[in-house]
Amino acid sequence: MYNYSEFDHAFLAERNAQFRAQVARRIDGSLTEDEFKPLRLMNGLYLQLHAYMLRVAIPYGTLNGAQMRQLAYLAERWDKGYGHFTTRQNIQYNWPQLPDVPDMLDALAEVGLHAIQTSGNTIRNVTADHFAGAAADELADPRPVAELIRQWSTDHPEFQFLPRKFKIAVTGSPHDRAVTRAHDIGLRMVAREGETGFEVIVGGGLGRTPMIGQVIRPFLPRADLLPYLEAIVSVYNLLGRRDNKYKARIKITMHENGIDTIRALVEERFTTLRAAFNGADQALLAQIAPQFAPPAYLAKPVDAFDAAYAADPIFRSWADTNLTAHKRADHAILSISLKAHGATPGDATAAQMRVMADLAAQYAYDELRISHEQNVILPHVARADLPAVHAALKAAGLATANIGLISDIIACPGMDYCALATARSIPIAQEIATHFDALKLEHDIGPLKIKISGCINACGHHHVGHIGILGLDRAGVENYQITLGGDGTEDAVIGERAGPGFAAEDLLPAIERLIRTYLDLREGREETFLDAYRRLGLAPFKAALYPDARDRDAA
Amino acid sequence: MPRFTPKVVTANALIEGDVIYLAADDSWTRDLSRAEVIADEAIAQMRLLDAQRQPGRVVGAYLADVIPGAQGPQPAHFREDFRRKGPSNYLHGKQETTKPEGAANV
Repeated sequence: MYNYSEFDHAFLAERNAQFRAQVARRIDGSLTEDEFKPLRLMNGLYLQLHAYMLRVAIPYGTLNGAQMRQLAYLAERWDKGYGHFTTRQNIQYNWPQLPDVPDMLDALAEVGLHAIQTSGNTIRNVTADHFAGAAADELADPRPVAELIRQWSTDHPEFQFLPRKFKIAVTGSPHDRAVTRAHDIGLRMVAREGETGFEVIVGGGLGRTPMIGQVIRPFLPRADLLPYLEAIVSVYNLLGRRDNKYKARIKITMHENGIDTIRALVEERFTTLRAAFNGADQALLAQIAPQFAPPAYLAKPVDAFDAAYAADPIFRSWADTNLTAHKRADHAILSISLKAHGATPGDATAAQMRVMADLAAQYAYDELRISHEQNVILPHVARADLPAVHAALKAAGLATANIGLISDIIACPGMDYCALATARSIPIAQEIATHFDALKLEHDIGPLKIKISGCINACGHHHVGHIGILGLDRAGVENYQITLGGDGTEDAVIGERAGPGFAAEDLLPAIERLIRTYLDLREGREETFLDAYRRLGLAPFKAALYPDARDRDAA
Repeated sequence: MPRFTPKVVTANALIEGDVIYLAADDSWTRDLSRAEVIADEAIAQMRLLDAQRQPGRVVGAYLADVIPGAQGPQPAHFREDFRRKGPSNYLHGKQETTKPEGAANV
């Protein structure tokens, strides 16, 4: 993974020193809140319902063991002993006190981490496929390019006051695990005549006006990436609306101007910029790329794995759900679930973070990933070591076998923490997970993505959940709308709203009716919920959600 | 004219970020039940200005609806109920401390 250069270290140290002085001036009264707020947001510091919140970037979701241990240290030293991993591959600390934040940032800088690009109307922390560098289906590791984008976009002078925030995601696989079609720019690596380049997707986004991104360039040669990205963002910077915050994202700019107009402007700007980029970007990429070289894989016989798989049903169940094919047959990609039934999705205690860091060091070539689905990945584990890894995870409460199942729920922090939320998300996720675990239906139901947002901003990606849940405030009461059939993969689809919302106490029975209807109607276990929905359409599921309406219609 | 809903002045403390309420004696309390209940719109606006004049102590002061009661003011909306208590997934925030709430040290 990327190792900070002298320049990177000096840049962070300078930035942290500046912020330390800004915090001091805020506390001594020299700065008002209006003056301080943009400064703290540039450093990832929010003020939420109950306390400050520090959002730390985990660029393209990649961490080493030392960094994970430092995240654990921050949780213990300055927070309440845990951290919350988010849908943007970040980690949030929910309880820091203002005077401590400069020390927290200095501690992060010791391991090459920071909280830059986690807020504000700038290019945000770039996200990537969490299986990058390991997936069997990958054309190439997208992380060198993601790191190049990080360096290019960090404090880019032209893009510090964009009309609105700007999110870029990149994947190197045909199977899109990075939700690229729901980003301001999505980059999908594609091959053409033996050359790899990018399909460039623009104008996706969820939130109040969900839109699936459109292809602005079907094939962009790799070497043209930065000038082309700069062209898109600079066209948006001039054309994007600043009069209305809700119409300021590039998806609206695209919608209002049309993709052909945007494409023409981008191509024109690109012609100029391409000439201006003199190759320094490619020289930098050439320095970055070797740092993402694959680890020196240890070939190990898989007998120990096979024996445990045959003998231990708990291990087998976990292996069946939590492992993904690695590009090497004797290795696997391991997803560690942060979704124990009844726990807060995405939360890990300091002790759990240390266990994962130690396992990464001992068994996974010191690599960890954070997924946008709020789980932790060990991307390269020899299959022979998996029984030992499983035992260690089990002892730490981290061996839940539910990846991709009904209890592997994405949930934003909702009104338990977030100042923008209109309803809670976490208790809904806890209830659903606990309920279907008690019914012992989870594995029978099979692959199902439930995604919950506590407001229209859709941090919980509810629009692309197979079942999406949106929490709203209806006349002073929490109310939950259900959308169905959403999909965040390469076949991205925005879910369809099923009908009127449900009061909190009516939601779980409604979800259960939905699931039982699916189980009744599916053609077999191999037909997933999403497949069944696509075959049958909304009608039977709507009828299950609103039985009274059906009775009324029949009468 | 619609009746004026009683209000309290609330904000977050600058240093801790914790939820605080303006008391009648001009101190800040972390306990909603000790907050000053304001029944008059003009006075509410004055008290809000008083709060906003303390940028060195508080952040984001605003007026929140309350329902006056024997146990002191109660939140009129669930958001304010969460603010006075803490999150529902852990016993953190105000619900963490069992000792009686006194005047905030802000």
